[in-house]
Amino acid sequence: MHMADALLSPAVGGVMYAASAATAVYSAKKIKDEFDPKKIPVMGIMGAFVFAAQMINFSIPGTGSSGHICGGLLLSAILGPYAGFLSMIAVLLIQCLLFADGGILALGANIWNMAFYACFFGYFCIYKPFTKNGFSVGKIIAASVIGCILSLQLGAFSVVLETSISGISELPFGTFVASMLPIHLAIGLVEGLITAAVLVFLLQARPELLDAEATENKFSLKKVLVIMGIIVVLVGGALSLFASSYPDGLEWSIFQVTESEELESDGNIHDTLAGVQEDTAVLPDYSFSGSDSAAGTSVSGIVGAGIVALFCILLCAIFGVFKKKKQLES
Amino acid sequence: MGKISDAIYEIHYMDTIASKDSPIHRIHPLIKLLTAIAYIWFTVSFDKYNVAGLLTMVIYPVVVFSVSGTSFRHSVKKLRVILPIILLMGILNPFFEQTPRFTFYGIIVTNGMVSGFTLIVKGCFAVLGSYLLIATTTIESLCYALNLLHVPKILVTQILLTYRYITVLMSEANHIFEAYILRAPFQKGVHFKVWGSLLGQLLLRSIDRAGALYDSMVLRGYNGEFRYTQLRRLQWQDFAYLAAWAGAFAVLRYTDFLNMVGNLFV
Repeated sequence: MHMADALLSPAVGGVMYAASAATAVYSAKKIKDEFDPKKIPVMGIMGAFVFAAQMINFSIPGTGSSGHICGGLLLSAILGPYAGFLSMIAVLLIQCLLFADGGILALGANIWNMAFYACFFGYFCIYKPFTKNGFSVGKIIAASVIGCILSLQLGAFSVVLETSISGISELPFGTFVASMLPIHLAIGLVEGLITAAVLVFLLQARPELLDAEATENKFSLKKVLVIMGIIVVLVGGALSLFASSYPDGLEWSIFQVTESEELESDGNIHDTLAGVQEDTAVLPDYSFSGSDSAAGTSVSGIVGAGIVALFCILLCAIFGVFKKKKQLES
Repeated sequence: MGKISDAIYEIHYMDTIASKDSPIHRIHPLIKLLTAIAYIWFTVSFDKYNVAGLLTMVIYPVVVFSVSGTSFRHSVKKLRVILPIILLMGILNPFFEQTPRFTFYGIIVTNGMVSGFTLIVKGCFAVLGSYLLIATTTIESLCYALNLLHVPKILVTQILLTYRYITVLMSEANHIFEAYILRAPFQKGVHFKVWGSLLGQLLLRSIDRAGALYDSMVLRGYNGEFRYTQLRRLQWQDFAYLAAWAGAFAVLRYTDFLNMVGNLFV
């Protein structure tokens, strides 16, 4: 999933650098506040461990192929999300410089796609809720597999988004998404199973390593939401200014068939509903009504991303309510 | 186990060539870092149909390769890592963008072909830019440059420690994996039944090693903060190097340099 420099425009690369740098500075501050001098060498060695572990191939049963570990969630489970994130940055930077795996300009995007989602989203939203009431083999397997799959899906989707916004590839957005997400579903599953196998081994051999981390880093939905909120504004607002004016995947497909980006309608029902939609839409065609300004496009981006974020929060809340109900019943 | 030994060799090789002496090696690491970023930045910012302009950016790698005495052949190996992805993206472009751009000896060249080609060239130039940085600057010097850029000290320390211990842990991983493969000769990778114990053993050894490392650091006066000695001050030659390259990149990027040169002679 390492992105090359050529796949990003300078604007997108810069925005991703800013987002990753802000998260790194915040993580460094959290580690400094903890003031645990012993953690610094452990983080360094664990980064080197992930590097070495990535070199070992694990055979995937029934496929004849093999996979390897990425390490973000594993590091977060042992070191905590902030230390895990910084260790992953060190790994990605060394990979980029010494092995040309990912580019210097794309480093910000690579950190975001491969370290941020695993260390923060995977940890705070999946791993921590699963294990906050204690560890068991089942909980660790479920948390690792779901955490890794979702983190990798988000990472893969971000790769598509960043490349498409950069306007580098002619590959339609839909086709790109359809080719990236399924393959990363399989990769995420393997990564999750390897992570689970290692964590289960730790639980049996040295459970204090998992317990030590679990007592720190209390789950804070508020902090995750604040971070996600900043990202929503960054991605939706700033990046939409650089959005391509070319048709999206669906519009492109329609254009190839009809030589128009929208299908012509010939029914009364369609006309009536289109009228209702035009009257009620706050930002028709991603602009303020009667305006073509960049501000409109930007606001559309923020509003759109905000609605998606709200939808995600709503889903989290619904799951949370059900979980609490279940806990009360038991 | 070729993969791990190759990687260890690669790290030692890069360490060796980065420690050589040449006019480029002697430039301040911060200046080399900024120049490399500027090169990559200007290169990827070229329009996807501006092939001629983009190709003029070859001047930076050509000059730095020859002045620093770095092997071009070895850098081609680095291209192998990233080239498959870029080639795939570039090759797909002609299928999705078939608007004709120009005709070349009767062959219709489409926008997709041109943008695919520039994508591949940009990818190669960007890899060469970062390769030349690390081939002429040691990781310690780069970390010193990051320190000057006010990158958090904890992060810089992480990079240094991780880099120092990569070869140690990779050798350990190599021993574990070789021992396993000798007992399971016809397997493609590690069997899923021992995924946890094999990697877990390496993890436990790493954590124990971290404990030993911490003790040795404390014995040498470590109290939670790393101190860096200043390598050397920035000199006017460093600023001249950066200004010259930044100026050259800007001229190549924002002017029709090839036509300007051509007009001088025609």
